[in-house]
Amino acid sequence: MSIMKKSPWIVHYNASSCNGCDLELVATLTPMYDPERFGVINMGNPKHADLLLVTGSVNARNASVLEALFDQMPSPKAVVAIGICATSGCVFAEAYNVLGGVDKVLPVDVYVPGCAARPEAILDGILRALDVLERKRLELKRPPGPAAGEGKGTGIL
Amino acid sequence: MSFLTSLFTADGFLGPFLRIASYVVLAPLVGGLLAGLDRKVTAWMQGRVGPPIIQPFYDVRKLLQKENIAVNRFQNFFVFLFLLFMVFTGSIFFLGAGFLVVVFSFTLACLFFVFGGFSVRSPYGHIGAERELIQMMAYDPMIILVAVGFYLAAGSFETRSIYQAGQNGILIAYLPGILAGYLYILTIKFRKSPFDLSMSHHAHQEIVKGLSTEFSGKALAAIEVAHWYENVLLLGIIYLFFSFHPLIGVAAALGAYFLEVFIDNSYARFKWGLTLQSTWIFTLMAGVSNLVILHYLLTRR
Amino acid sequence: MDTLPIVIFLILFPFFLSLACLSTRTIAVRRTAAVPANLVLVGATLLLLSRTPKDPLLFIVEVPLVEHLLPFAEIAVGVLILYLALWSRRTIVALLAGVQLALGLAFEFLFASAAHASHNLFVDRFSILMALIIGILGTLIANYAVGYMAEYHRHYPEVKDRRRFFGFLLYLFLSAMFGLVFSNNLKWIYFFWEITTLCSFFLIGYRNDEPSQESAFLALGINLLGGIAFSAGILYLFHHTGILELDRMVAEGKGYALIPAALLAFAGLAKSAQMPFSSWLTAAMVAPTPVSALLHSSTMVKAGVYLILKVSPLLNGTLAGIMLTFVGGVTFLLASFIAISQSNAKRVLAYSTISTLGLIVMCAGVGTYEAAWSALLLIVFHAVAKSLLFLCVGVVEYKLGSRDIEDMDFLIVRMPKVAAMMNIGLAGMFLAPFGMLISKAVTLRALVDVHPLLGVILAFGGGATLFFYGKWMGKMVTSEPGLQSNEDRISPWEWITMVTLSGLTIAVCLLFPVITHGLIDPYIQGVYGRGPTLERFNLILIVAIMVSLLVVFPAGLLYQAFRKDYRFVGPYLSGGNLERAAFLGAMDQKRPADARNYYLANYFGESRILRIGLFLSSFFIIVMFGGVLS
Repeated sequence: MSIMKKSPWIVHYNASSCNGCDLELVATLTPMYDPERFGVINMGNPKHADLLLVTGSVNARNASVLEALFDQMPSPKAVVAIGICATSGCVFAEAYNVLGGVDKVLPVDVYVPGCAARPEAILDGILRALDVLERKRLELKRPPGPAAGEGKGTGIL
Repeated sequence: MSFLTSLFTADGFLGPFLRIASYVVLAPLVGGLLAGLDRKVTAWMQGRVGPPIIQPFYDVRKLLQKENIAVNRFQNFFVFLFLLFMVFTGSIFFLGAGFLVVVFSFTLACLFFVFGGFSVRSPYGHIGAERELIQMMAYDPMIILVAVGFYLAAGSFETRSIYQAGQNGILIAYLPGILAGYLYILTIKFRKSPFDLSMSHHAHQEIVKGLSTEFSGKALAAIEVAHWYENVLLLGIIYLFFSFHPLIGVAAALGAYFLEVFIDNSYARFKWGLTLQSTWIFTLMAGVSNLVILHYLLTRR
Repeated sequence: MDTLPIVIFLILFPFFLSLACLSTRTIAVRRTAAVPANLVLVGATLLLLSRTPKDPLLFIVEVPLVEHLLPFAEIAVGVLILYLALWSRRTIVALLAGVQLALGLAFEFLFASAAHASHNLFVDRFSILMALIIGILGTLIANYAVGYMAEYHRHYPEVKDRRRFFGFLLYLFLSAMFGLVFSNNLKWIYFFWEITTLCSFFLIGYRNDEPSQESAFLALGINLLGGIAFSAGILYLFHHTGILELDRMVAEGKGYALIPAALLAFAGLAKSAQMPFSSWLTAAMVAPTPVSALLHSSTMVKAGVYLILKVSPLLNGTLAGIMLTFVGGVTFLLASFIAISQSNAKRVLAYSTISTLGLIVMCAGVGTYEAAWSALLLIVFHAVAKSLLFLCVGVVEYKLGSRDIEDMDFLIVRMPKVAAMMNIGLAGMFLAPFGMLISKAVTLRALVDVHPLLGVILAFGGGATLFFYGKWMGKMVTSEPGLQSNEDRISPWEWITMVTLSGLTIAVCLLFPVITHGLIDPYIQGVYGRGPTLERFNLILIVAIMVSLLVVFPAGLLYQAFRKDYRFVGPYLSGGNLERAAFLGAMDQKRPADARNYYLANYFGESRILRIGLFLSSFFIIVMFGGVLS
């Protein structure tokens, strides 16, 4: 019974992207690629979402925003870094305010490289994240071990 | 079809408890399927394949698996009351209680949802709740006029008697304007464009998710299921108009639902001022004129 | 026969209490005496209830002393009002006072010798219902006032402490109200009517500053207008028929009673602040809260609709009756519209009161037995819920320092008990399964039976009511962790009253079948010959909703309060949360995330709608008099 795989709801955050990957992401959501046949809906609200799709690299300003968004998502949840900037910072990694890819701040589950990442690749990335989600759901059901993930946070925000 | 019919008649072969049970069990199934059909038809209209018809059930099942997060302790309680009273309202409607009691219980349920939106300190939630109240102010006169229309045509406020009148074809013959007005506010109740100001479905966001922004997991699932119950109740009222033949009644109810889906895909969202104005004006034009004419005809005999 | 002593006791006892109040200087003595005195008053009211007669009883009360003193007292009141107006240099009010005095004197000179009525007092179920409201709500509010006025003077040290006078006026008012509902002699009713006007004047002007005096004289002026109409009506009736008793006027008046009935209805419209006379009630909100609760929502304004209901059988079926219905309808609809755009809590309550009274007037104008039944229900349920609301707003005003709804954020956390009671009151005004909603359902049927357009007015007004009460309730239930609750320094007097009234609001809904069966149905049966019926199944449903709410609410709240499986997060602020509910706004300023209510001033602005209402209602009143004069 793959519960999480059937209904992945996403929230999209543009960290510091040039909007190239954002446009490709929005294109993925159009009827041309029709992600809704997999149950994907762009919720825009972390409390409703399972997947956090991040484009663009992380800097000092949006690090806290990313943390806040991730915190407000209920488990099981997964992060997908879209584009090479979100993966590693790409050419901007040495800039003075850039911290790097998303994995500097959040635990990333799927990397979708590309500049800009193609819609087919983005869709593929989302679908691979479904397996991650399902695995995390099963982990939550089991008694929490030492390597338990982000299930019960302290809710500081 | 006689099963559906017996859901309404006072002395069918099903006892009242069985009737309530069948509503409580069947309505979410029907409502969920309708929601799935909505998404499928919308997808076809947009030239794509769309999710499977039972997708809403997948969604609810997934939501029930999510972690319990909340902004404050008491917000989910209001949603629970919303679900509880929505089930109650639908049950008493199908039991044949007084139509006004049904309307008032319905208002109470919807208000609990509004208070849920208010109960969190969230700007999106509050604006969503305010807009929901404006929507309620917009459609409340019309729903009362539906009750008045039923009363004039059927001679009683009891849903049983109204159903009888529907079976004799009186309702649709006497109340076409009321039906038109009701279809107008149905767009508001189903939260379809152009009247999806307070809580948008899926991709039509403006104030994020409006009323339901701060709810997640089990509470969100409860909201979804409560809306399914609500939709079945609202379509049941359409059925009343056409109850002279069960097949036509069901077809009319489904037709109204897909009309709403069609309108949803054709219109952009109205501003709240236009919503209020247009609804009240349409209520006056369609509903009030119908009542005045009907009153004149009935007293002339 | 056992009821007459109780009736006389109810009229006279508060009067003695008022004199006692005036004469006792020590406040502690007044306070200690207040409790048993109030209990005695409530007890007497309940005793009267237990001795409810099956049919209306008319009492022959011939006390020569009263018969001689009353005209003098009346003239004295008139002279006092004239003096007050002249002393404050209010020409219009003085003019009106002069006209009223002249009418009173005219009656004395022309008819004094012949004017004699024997059945001066009476008791029937309607007056017992009113007596219950006056006795129970009146004493509860007087109780509350003890604690409230102490706080009032602490808050406003510049206001001269005239609490003896305040207590005197309060109990004098109660005495006059009892007299009003038990009198059958029109002259007596008129006298008590004027006493209530006078009490209202002094109570509104308690603070003695500019706005209070303005409001007091506005109220006085408009009620003088009503009083003139009342006096003129009595004159006309006696001149043409020699009748001085209310019951005879309704039963035997025939054609000649039409004009006096219209005049008395006019007086009732003025007293109940219907349009175009609504401005005095909204202005009267400057008065201390007990005054607003007692006079201007539950009791004095009910005297106006009481009179209208009494004379409505005469206007039934005439053009005047139809016009009365329209005046009520316009008031009901437009007052509820205006309430949407008001953020001052007492003003919202004032317009809501005006609106409900308009609905009652509409029922009176319609004149069917169903409508009268709904009118009585509305009177009962509205009186209880509205007084609770005013009293809660009074307490909240002190704690917050403001009576603006926009300042009542998070009240459920800051003042949980008071906010809970206020929510009960608010729910009692418009939510199922509380009484007002039941009355609205009954009223809808009564109105639609006459003409569906009347039901349309109710539908739209009901929608507006839903909106302005809904957003007020929503404002208060926002829960924010970490806020301190501050409910100390609310006196036990205030607590006891508010808790009792909350209980009453719930109880009258649960006891709805008892109230109708015991008091209202027999009265309607007696006057109209037919009794209304309510489907038993629907009643059970309503009671079931109420009971389930009473059970589910505390249980659910307790469960939510103690469960441990929540992880708490901040609200959605696009991820920009700083400390939960704050964010970095423009210019990097930290701002709290808050929202305000919608007031829709463009659509429902007070001045515009008031103007429409004034025009329409004046038009209808003119036609009403035209109808009776022809």
